This record gives sequence, structure tokens and C-alpha cells, in this order.
Amino acid sequence: MGGWPSCFGLREEGKLWRSKSKSGDSNRKPPKKQSKPRRNGVQFAEEDDGDGIGDGEALEMATTGTLKPSSSELDLDRPNIEDYLPSGSSIQQEPHGKLRLLGFTPNGFAFPQPRFARYFADLDRGRRRHCRRLVHAMLQVESAGALELEYILVSVVVFRSCVSLSHFVSFESCLEANAILGIGWVIFLSSYIPVHFLLKGHEKLRKKLERFLVELICSFFVASWTGVVKYHGPRPSMRPNQVFVANHTSMIDFIILEQMTAFSVIMQKHAGWVGLLQSTILESVGCIWFNRTESKDREIVARKLREHVQGADNPLLIFPEGTCVNNHYTVMFKKGAFELGCSVCPVAIKYNKIFVDAFWNSRKQSFTKHLLQLMTSWAVVCDVWYLEPQNLKPGETPIEFAERVREIISARAGLKKVPWDGYLKHSRPSPKHRERKQQSFAESVLRRLEEK
Amino acid sequence: MGNTSSMLTQYDIEEVQQHCNGACETILPFPPFLALIADEISQQEIVSLYQRFCQLDRNVGGFITAEEFLSVPEFAVNPLSQRLLRMLDTLNFKEFVAFLSAFSPRASLQQKIEFIFKVYDSDCNGKVTFSDMMAILRDLTGQFISEKQREQVLAHVLEESGYTKDAALSMSDFMKILDNSDLKMEVEVPVD
Repeated sequence: MGGWPSCFGLREEGKLWRSKSKSGDSNRKPPKKQSKPRRNGVQFAEEDDGDGIGDGEALEMATTGTLKPSSSELDLDRPNIEDYLPSGSSIQQEPHGKLRLLGFTPNGFAFPQPRFARYFADLDRGRRRHCRRLVHAMLQVESAGALELEYILVSVVVFRSCVSLSHFVSFESCLEANAILGIGWVIFLSSYIPVHFLLKGHEKLRKKLERFLVELICSFFVASWTGVVKYHGPRPSMRPNQVFVANHTSMIDFIILEQMTAFSVIMQKHAGWVGLLQSTILESVGCIWFNRTESKDREIVARKLREHVQGADNPLLIFPEGTCVNNHYTVMFKKGAFELGCSVCPVAIKYNKIFVDAFWNSRKQSFTKHLLQLMTSWAVVCDVWYLEPQNLKPGETPIEFAERVREIISARAGLKKVPWDGYLKHSRPSPKHRERKQQSFAESVLRRLEEK
Repeated sequence: MGNTSSMLTQYDIEEVQQHCNGACETILPFPPFLALIADEISQQEIVSLYQRFCQLDRNVGGFITAEEFLSVPEFAVNPLSQRLLRMLDTLNFKEFVAFLSAFSPRASLQQKIEFIFKVYDSDCNGKVTFSDMMAILRDLTGQFISEKQREQVLAHVLEESGYTKDAALSMSDFMKILDNSDLKMEVEVPVD
């Protein structure tokens, strides 16, 4: 990041912004959003004049105090603001430079509107939405955790988009992403195959190298989507008698977590190239397979889980929801992970929806399409919190334990809890739920009758 | 997913709003000015409902079939689901919104009572008889209560409201009975 100008700077220079903006903001009536990022919003918009690289003077202009937003500031949360933007030509005719775009009517501040409007007006619908999100991202503090990274990311993204033409962005970013991934695969395979075969005798060393390589390829995956992941909390340690549980949004959850620690995981065997990957590479970190449709499978799997946990292998990662959920809610946790008699370490994952909706709707898209969609989006920004290990309290059933851990994860990631079984995504609820409702109603009716 | 709202034009939204308000007006036997008081469903809500409609409409046919409704778990475990499905088969988007307007927090009590009346009136003759109500109670309680007890309960209910067992309740009777009750029939449409 050494080559970046100071206005795109890292945390230390970010502080410079904040202190300067504080002086200007004190006499303003507080707007709904934090006023400090708004400065940046002006600044970035200023820089969208095609070269993508900010100038020092822009920073000065923004902070020399003549900037006073009018009381009729547009609330940028209102949707479809771009639809009401006049076309570039009509703005050029505007003599006094009254900026209606961002709602600022700065006193004596000539905003280079024509270029900004043209940037917006030229883009097609989808790109406009992304740009709107970009502007929102700059003006909103979604998650304090990944905020500084967002600044860096936003600068990368603005640079990328300004360098390429609008219609090229998705094609070019896909190409870029695939290039990164391709390089990653080449490096990985060229190291993995020799290690796997040549070091057959030296198990420990082989395992260590394979773990490292798996983490490496996962990092390449994450880089190919321009992933910005912020990890909070102590990193997982390699100890026996522990199991990790996390909320589940998409298959990439696993990749994001695997990038930091080589977990073993329990997953459903898929078809296609994913299945191939599963049987070859994931075998090396030690994975357990199951089949959702087979009911007898459950006991076998439970036994395998217990064996794994007691060994000194890679720590085991389980997604107790059993299926992908849309990252706003958590569904009921399955109790399997909580009956193993070991400590449970919760991990909470929250994606920042502004950049991409990471939810993988497995009924709507195949995994390949999902990955491609991620690659062509701006970025995958998420926060991962490693939380305090929990143990089964005396007198607590596994189901209660599961609920307690779900509460912890939901609280940390800001998700709402829903009392539904995740498997309902794939099948109808059994009639006994309806009968339970009927029973409770019948009981209340009978009670009223008896009172008479 | 993010593009669904772009398929709905402003014209479509206004048409749905009119249809929804029109549907409310024709049924209410009240003077016209009361229809003005009944609040319109907002445009944002229509956009959100359209997204939900598209999610439910799996085979993209433009209407939701009974099967697709049953894919919503809360609906499937509702004991009255079969009855509701009779009212709900193959709804297009306008009818969907009109149907859900009774659940809006801004819907008047009359609209809600009227909705309930339509559910109770299984033979659609404008009157709710003893047998209609027995059928509903059977759905609601299942096998956990005997037929005789059900009859007793109903007879009691009718007595309390001042009707005999043979009375056929009309809409206005329903309104009178349920008028000062607190019907919490509300669904909040998430607007983002």
C-alpha cells in the first residue's frame, strides 16, 4: 500500500481525517449518519474524474471548512436516487453549480458535477446499484470491525472501476479473479502433489505441509473474490476435545475460516467438481461425510464425530444449522455437535451486505454460479468473531446447550433467532407441528368451557 | 434477486394500489368517505411484497399455486391452511396484495372481521351457519376434543352473543360480535 496517496491512507492517516473533520462539524446540526464519513463521501466523489487517484488538494478542500450541507440534505438511504439524476448535459447548463446530487449546497464550492453525473448516468442499472452501494458504504458505518478495511477496499474498488469501462468491470473482474485463482491452483497443485506422494513416510511433516497448503489455496480463493475478512478474538488452537461451531451462510464460510486455520469439517458430499475437491484435498485435513437423506447415517456420523474429537487431529468445524441461511437469522441448531462431551467454541460470521449478498440459495444457483457471482461482485467483506469456548453446564440438556450457544452467536453477529428447523428448506414440516397447535387450542377451549 | 424490483414499473405499482383499494371498497357496505380513511398500502410495501411473491412463485408462472403456499412452513403447520387454500388458489400478484391487505397494520377492524367472515363462510352463501362454525372448530382442535364437546362449546358461544343455535350469522352480525375485540391480525412487511 506504499504507493497510495495519503488520502487513501491506512488507519493512521484516517485519524488525520477524523480530527480535521471534527472541527468543521461542530457547528452543524447532527445529520442522521455520522458526519465524519460524509467528508470522505465528498472527497471520493471529487476524485471520480477518471484518473482514480486522489490528490492532496482534494483533502484540503474538503477540510477547509467552507463545506456546510444545507438543511435539505438528501437522505442517501432513499432508494433510486440515480433514477432522478438529470443527465450529464443538463447539469452542465446549471450556472451556479448548485449541487443537488449529494444534497450539498456548499457555499462557494464549485463541485465538478458534470463528470460525476456522467459517471453515474453512463452506467447501466446494475452498475448504478453497485455505485449507490459504494456511496452508501462510504457514508455508513455498518460494522465497526471491518471499517478501516472498508476504507482500503473502497479505494481499491474505486481505482478498479475508474480504470476500466463500465461494461468491462464485471468481465474484467471475473477475468482477474480467475487469474488469481488460476495462479493459486498452479502453486497449490505443484506443491501439494509432490508433498502428498513423496512424503508418505513422514506423516507429521506431510500433515503440516498439507495443512499449510490448504490454508494457502483458501487464501487464494478469498483473494479472487477480493475478500476482506476481519478476524476478531483468539485464533483457534490445536487441542483435543474441542469442536468449533459457526453459523452458516454459504459454502464460502468454510473457505473463509479455513484460510486462518486448517479445520476438518463435516459436510454433505456434493456432486461435480466440488465433490472431486472434497474427496481429494479435504481428505488431507480429515473430513467426515454424511448424507442428509439417509436417516441411519446419523448414528454412524455421531460415532465418527466422537472419534475425531478425541484424537489429536485438526480441530473439527461443524455448522449446526445444517443448511445455508441468509445471514439475517439463525435457525435451530442441531444437537449433534453439543452431545460430544467436549467444549464448544462458537464462531460468528457476518457478511457486510453492502458489498455482496453472500447467501447461497442452493435451490436457485449451483455452487459454480455462486462463486462466479462472488467473483464479479465488488468484494466479500465479512467479520469473523472467535468467541469464548463453552461447556455443558451441569443439569443442562444438549438442546439447551445448543440454544445457549446459538444465543451467543446471534448476539455477536447481530442475527435474529428463529425457531425453525433448517431442514424445512428441503422438506415439509411434519404433521405433528400442526397437531401440537390443535392440541393447545383444544385445551384452552376446554378450559374455558369448564370455567362456565 | 436484486433485480426483481426493476421489473415492477411505477404504473404497475399504482395499478396494484388501486386494485387493492377497490377490492376493499366494493365489499364494505359503508359510505364512500370511510374508504378514504382506510389507508393505502404504501408503494414500498408493494415492492417488498413483489419480491416475496417472486420468491414464492417457483415455476415463474405469474401466480402462486396452493403447493407453493404450502412451502411456507408457518402456513403448512397452520390448522386452517386447507380452508385458506380454498380462497388462495392461483393468485396473481394483484390478488395477492389485495388478500394480504387485511393483515396490514393500517387495515381497519372492519376489513379484518370481513376477512374472517370469508374464511368462516365455507359455502360462500353470505351466511355463517352452525355447521360452518363446527367445521372450523373441527379444523382448529383436531382429534383432541370430542364432537359433543365441540357442540357444547359452540352453543355456549352463540348463547353468550345472544344468538340461538339455528341462527345464520350475516356479515353485520359478525361485525357486531367482534367489534370491540382486539384482533391482532397483523403482518409487517419489511421495507428496506
